[in-house]
Amino acid sequence: MKDMTQPRAVPKAINWNRLQDDKDLEIWNRLTVNFWLPEKVPLSNDIQSWSQLTPDEQTLTIRVFTGLTLLDTIQNAVGAPTLMQDAITPHEESVLSNIAFMEAVHARSYSSVFSTLCQTTEVDEAFRWSADNEHLQAKSRLILDEYDATASPLRKKVASVFLESFLFYSGFYLPMHWSSRARLTNTADLIRLIIRDEAIHGYYIGYKFQRGLERVSEAERKEIKDFAFALLFDLYDIEARYTEQLYDGLGLTEDVKNFLHYNANKALQNLGFEALFPDESCRVNPAIMAALSPGSDENHDFFSGSGSSYVIGKAEATEDEDWDF
Amino acid sequence: MAGLVFFSSRSGNTARLVERLGLEALRLPQAGPPPELDAPFVLVSPTFADGEGRGAVPKPVIRLLNNTRNRALLRGVIAGGNRNFGATFALAGEVIARKCSVPVLYRFELAGTETDITRIRAGLARFWAAQESQTCLTQA
Repeated sequence: MKDMTQPRAVPKAINWNRLQDDKDLEIWNRLTVNFWLPEKVPLSNDIQSWSQLTPDEQTLTIRVFTGLTLLDTIQNAVGAPTLMQDAITPHEESVLSNIAFMEAVHARSYSSVFSTLCQTTEVDEAFRWSADNEHLQAKSRLILDEYDATASPLRKKVASVFLESFLFYSGFYLPMHWSSRARLTNTADLIRLIIRDEAIHGYYIGYKFQRGLERVSEAERKEIKDFAFALLFDLYDIEARYTEQLYDGLGLTEDVKNFLHYNANKALQNLGFEALFPDESCRVNPAIMAALSPGSDENHDFFSGSGSSYVIGKAEATEDEDWDF
Repeated sequence: MAGLVFFSSRSGNTARLVERLGLEALRLPQAGPPPELDAPFVLVSPTFADGEGRGAVPKPVIRLLNNTRNRALLRGVIAGGNRNFGATFALAGEVIARKCSVPVLYRFELAGTETDITRIRAGLARFWAAQESQTCLTQA
């Protein structure tokens, strides 16, 4: 006798030559070209530099990295997979599977730093610290509440962009700080690879959020925007306390907070919203900005300069292939 | 003041910056033939580089500038990007500047900050005034 229930639904085979959204392929290409593994970074060159940090500085660094590991773990195991359920296009699901995997690579990377530089007992202690840290646990819970399968697809994306583009930065600050003082420079290279990936993740999820927002009513759009700002306020409160706890000892708290404001505004921009924090509160220490994007400020632009003149040369003939696709 | 031309992908960052400038501006189409321009212009372009810096300049911008007449009218470039991409931050500006021998006027992140908006507005006004007096001098 034939089974009377509906046959199991089978997904359609994905055809990358029929795109509904060009952004999916664009981001797929960027993410796959950027693929990396921690083995690529010569972390052992930081062993001497590590030994020159004080015990307190070492403990702080390990703790910060376990905190970052927790966020990557959440995004790998829960965040990206839960976004896959809401994907509008099959290509979006593929991009999210890449994002999920890279989060696992990031989480793995911190353990590579640990096994290269630290004692097992110190690392175990730091993982215990992060599991007990009220601020880390509180921010994780706020995000995970939105990731529940029942939550709205738009709210999940808001939470995800805040994790990718805001919550990491209280942690990323420290290796950038060390790097600006010529400490742990190889570790900083590894962190910069992570920062680059997270920037694309935040941009892409924010982009998909904006596409989703176009499909709902004006009233819902307002509701989601109110939700986003309220969540950011709640997360910021936690981040401010976490920052004080970590960085008061080094006297860096105010500087880290400016970095948080700057990144919170960028997270909002990824969602298509306006900035929250005024520019005056986003003035990040130039040494940190230089550590974030080394070499990017060597060429001064015209409007920021002191009115220095430039020479207009003869323009070259250009063809498509000249432009490095 | 002469023209402002920009490209923005559907993320809308560059479009939001240009909107806040409050200046008249022409948006390049995502697909299809580029417009034929007839006055000097400044270009605002986002950056889409991969980790190696490839593909920094968006294709609609390339199509615009492959037209010799358009390219001859380009006076400067303002580039968007994200400092999280390190050395490739706002790379489109540098690539276009090198190709077309025009200056990079300004670089901004994502949709820009209030400070960026103020600086770009003031900078463009000064820039076009300087261009105009230069033209007058050559003609005198």
